Amino acid sequence: MTEGIGARVLRKEDKRFITGKGKYTDDIKMENQAYAAFVRSPHAHAKVTGINADAAKAMPGVEAVLTGPELVADEIGNIICGWAVSSKDGSPMNMGAWSALATDTVRYVGDAVAVVIADSIAEAEAAAEAVEVSYEELPVVVGSVKALADGAPQIHENAPNNMIFDWEIGEEAATDAALAGAAHVTKLDIVNNRLSPNAMEPRAAIATYDEAEEHYTLYTTSQNPHVARLVLSAFYNVAPENKLRVIAPDVGGGFGSKIYIYPEEIVCLWASMKTNRSVKWTSTRAEAFLTDAHGRDHVTTATMGFDAGGKIVGLKVDTKANLGAYMSLFSSATPTYLYATLLSGQYNIENVYCNVKAVYTNTVPVDAYRGAGRPEASYVMERLMETAAREMGMSPADLRLKNFITEFPHQTPVIMAYDSGDFAANQKQAMEAADYAGFEARREEAAKRGKLRGIGFSNYIEACGIAPSAAVGSLGAGVGLWESAEVRVNAVGTIEILTGSHSHGQGHETTFAQVVADRFDLPLDGISVVHGDTDKVQMGMGTYGSRSGAVGMSAIVKALDKVEAKVKKLAAHTLEASEDDIVIEGGAVKVAGTDKQMLWHEVGLAAYLAHNLPEGMEPGLKEGAFYDPTNFTFPAGCYICEVEVDPDTGTTEIVQFVASDDFGTIVNPMIVEGQVHGGIGQGIGQALLEGVVYDDAGQLLSGSYMDYTMPRASDLPSFSVHHQSTVCPGNPMGMKGCGEAGAIGSPPAVINAITDAIGNNDLSMPATPSKVWAAIQAANAATAAE
Amino acid sequence: MFDTTYHRAASVADAAETAAKADDAAYLSGGQTLLPTMKQRLASPSDLVDLSQIAEMQGISVAGDTVTIGAGTPHADVAGSTDVQNAIPALAALAGNIGDPAVRARGTLGGSIANNDPAADYPAACLGLNATIVTNTRELAAADFFEGLFETALEEGEIVTAVRFPVPSRAAYAKFPNPASRYAMAGVMVAQTGDGVRVAVTGAGNDGVFRHEAMEAALGTNWSADALADVSTDADDMLSDMHGSAEYRAHLVGVMAKRAVESA
Ligand SMILES: Cc1cc2nc3c(=O)[nH]c(=O)nc-3n(C[C@H](O)[C@H](O)[C@H](O)COP(=O)(O)OP(=O)(O)OC[C@H]3O[C@@H](n4cnc5c(N)ncnc54)[C@H](O)[C@@H]3O)c2cc1C
Repeated sequence: MTEGIGARVLRKEDKRFITGKGKYTDDIKMENQAYAAFVRSPHAHAKVTGINADAAKAMPGVEAVLTGPELVADEIGNIICGWAVSSKDGSPMNMGAWSALATDTVRYVGDAVAVVIADSIAEAEAAAEAVEVSYEELPVVVGSVKALADGAPQIHENAPNNMIFDWEIGEEAATDAALAGAAHVTKLDIVNNRLSPNAMEPRAAIATYDEAEEHYTLYTTSQNPHVARLVLSAFYNVAPENKLRVIAPDVGGGFGSKIYIYPEEIVCLWASMKTNRSVKWTSTRAEAFLTDAHGRDHVTTATMGFDAGGKIVGLKVDTKANLGAYMSLFSSATPTYLYATLLSGQYNIENVYCNVKAVYTNTVPVDAYRGAGRPEASYVMERLMETAAREMGMSPADLRLKNFITEFPHQTPVIMAYDSGDFAANQKQAMEAADYAGFEARREEAAKRGKLRGIGFSNYIEACGIAPSAAVGSLGAGVGLWESAEVRVNAVGTIEILTGSHSHGQGHETTFAQVVADRFDLPLDGISVVHGDTDKVQMGMGTYGSRSGAVGMSAIVKALDKVEAKVKKLAAHTLEASEDDIVIEGGAVKVAGTDKQMLWHEVGLAAYLAHNLPEGMEPGLKEGAFYDPTNFTFPAGCYICEVEVDPDTGTTEIVQFVASDDFGTIVNPMIVEGQVHGGIGQGIGQALLEGVVYDDAGQLLSGSYMDYTMPRASDLPSFSVHHQSTVCPGNPMGMKGCGEAGAIGSPPAVINAITDAIGNNDLSMPATPSKVWAAIQAANAATAAE
Repeated sequence: MFDTTYHRAASVADAAETAAKADDAAYLSGGQTLLPTMKQRLASPSDLVDLSQIAEMQGISVAGDTVTIGAGTPHADVAGSTDVQNAIPALAALAGNIGDPAVRARGTLGGSIANNDPAADYPAACLGLNATIVTNTRELAAADFFEGLFETALEEGEIVTAVRFPVPSRAAYAKFPNPASRYAMAGVMVAQTGDGVRVAVTGAGNDGVFRHEAMEAALGTNWSADALADVSTDADDMLSDMHGSAEYRAHLVGVMAKRAVESA
């Protein structure tokens, strides 16, 4: 078996991607297709006092100009947040109304007020400019701390002081008491910077209404087409599910930003019915910066207490999470159940308490972005640990070692029950790979060259495959978080796997096929993966939260179990043997210890011919399964970053980045390494380069690549990636998930390394040269003053 | 993008004439700035007059102590020219560090200086090397050509046809790139020329490219990085934005100047 589990198989999907033959939403062309251009608010907060579209409607090529009141008249529902999080006093969250086209108020720059449908993009854009919207400007607030202050502008009537919820987890009194009795207390003010997701393919949609069938088809850039259909149907009243087909064809990256159902998709569907034309919209990069859900944006104060021996006795965290102008689909879960539940880190901590205030501001909505809550948690934990080690004069490795959880299962004080891990083994592997012992010599050598060299750790843990459905339901989730699969063995023996997971860069067409190839000892060529179409795949929850391995593949395994049982039964019947003696190997189904066998395709044929089936067996060879996990999975690892800072300019060069990850079972090491590389690249982007900036008036200053720094290859080192795995006991293949770990684990390692190099711990992300230089100046001034 | 009428000019005279006849023409060189601006609907010229195929605006020649570069010459050609590399290595290096390979393949010297982006590199080369800007109607000293942020002395319809660079006895350019755009956040050209020491700074000043007279004076008496140790740059004259404060830029000007002198 060279193509099964553990093989470095080249990605099957890459031929079409690399040769430009991928089929993305924007590549799809319909007969009679028209284009949508949105009229967007130039103000961050304003009353819409009037819309005059007369001139626009008279322009060449214009089919229609549609506005919010018409959308409401057609009973298109408001956009919802699908996870109910209550405040600590039990009151429900304050969800403000979000209409796909604003009715009376706009709340961020880019908020859509009207749409023009025209024969060409140019005509649609020209007419959009001609739509006259009158605004009455309102006061604006962009930061979460200011938005909570008394007298701040009110963004939604039903959210006094812009507070969406005031949530807590853990025992506050016990944590306070533990901190009061601590021998050492480390306190940090932390900002987790706001990020723009920047998938390579911008969002796009093309909607077609079939008048005769009263049926809609939507092609769109979605990470979860079934969820999109469910929400569009159940909440936005676009059409009943049986009259709505959603297809997410090739999708060029998502990072979370394509989980959500945005105004534009809804409007394209609605407009296709209004105009009886296919309506297409492809976001420009400028629109993407303005309207794609941003990530992170936490302002946090964290306090960690230690006993005299360096054991953690308690952790108290206070976070203000900026959710932007409206609540996006999973915005409430990200800064709560995906964040605070990881605040025990890899450590044995008896007392953890976290308070999270979620806040409206006049900025684009904020939701899950690669890592979703866990990068925020690991940043808090690992900045604290490194800072505490420095303050207590301990080695950062030893302090962690002293506090690692070593026995599993382990119940943390913040919901999570870790099932497996060997944190010390990951740390040891990373330290050896990084030649940690040789660091001081390297630091001295760098100093001779005028460079400040530093090293930083990050021992992250995260939670993937949000689960089980009943548990997340009890925490407020509006969906179940299982996955489905169907394995279809054709009459000639080839196999199709239908999965509710969605691949938008993860390589499922390869790895999912490897699982099947491994099980039946078959070549990969004859195995195909079908996904992304609600008419083809039964149902599914899509891909995010690194769930496709742990949950999606587990569903496939369950379906494979059923196929295998049927194959064995059929072969035993045909070969007149006992089922227990049947083995599947080398492309055949054999009776062990004899030369009796059926070739694999003969079994498929026999199942479909149905001329000679065992008593009671149905014809055909196709099995489906739904898999609901029993627990989250817990990837973990140790990252070590080593930097050199140029004190003259503040420029940071990452000279070494080592990762030791525990992902459980690995299906394709090459693809996993790619995921880790990409994740660390994004994490380094957050740590050094990327940051969304709004001015006080709510105008987006970082609205293009001239000002928003995307990581380039030359910003990144060559990564040293290692694995040190424990098997996950919670799912059939022992998988933990690898899609986000890099982005979760890396930012604190980078900042810990820079602050070590420059001798000033007061440094926020992104650590741009100008900030690092200023921090060096401050450190020098402090030394001079001593 | 708005509708526009495209013309390919055969000669400088043809270009000027075509532009004069149009409602609201724009010259198109590499299009690296103009076309994105049009796509974003921020510019809507009725006519585009393409200068890129005009033979007399192309190419590089060295005669005596002067390097003449046609305004239509792409950055990649300047960077790759052995003539430029031999005569003014600092200029070839500067051109080779503009943008990325795609930008260097299309973007031109003429387009760059006509646009006079305050963070562009060529303006520092022109001013620092005491170049002469040649247009279809006149010749201007670089000092008279650049007039502030995106402002030049060019009249309506005037075309930059070439730039003449006197060969310095030595020169070097050091650039600190903006992390996002990779334009200059502080780019300093230092040169010993027939006209004395010249120091031109781009990317940092709040009024575009400028000569740093204090540095010129210091280097004029002592051509060394040490001579710059006590020379400061006034932060009040610097740009300040999300990428860096005026103080940081003022500091960077000093660091880049020293690095340029060291490598000259
Ligand atoms: C991604 C990117 C990165 C870049 N990085 C850098 C960088 O690091 N450093 C840097 O210096 N530059 C940089 N640039 C700018 C680029 O190098 C070009 O110099 C610049 O875009 C203008 O040159 P162009 O030939 O493309 O001019 P065009 O875009 O064609 O024209 C620009 C303007 O000049 C006018 N014009 C053009 N030619 C003439 C002429 N001969 N006479 C009169 N007017 C004329 C046009 O009408 C227009 O108004 C970058 C550009 C991009 C897109």
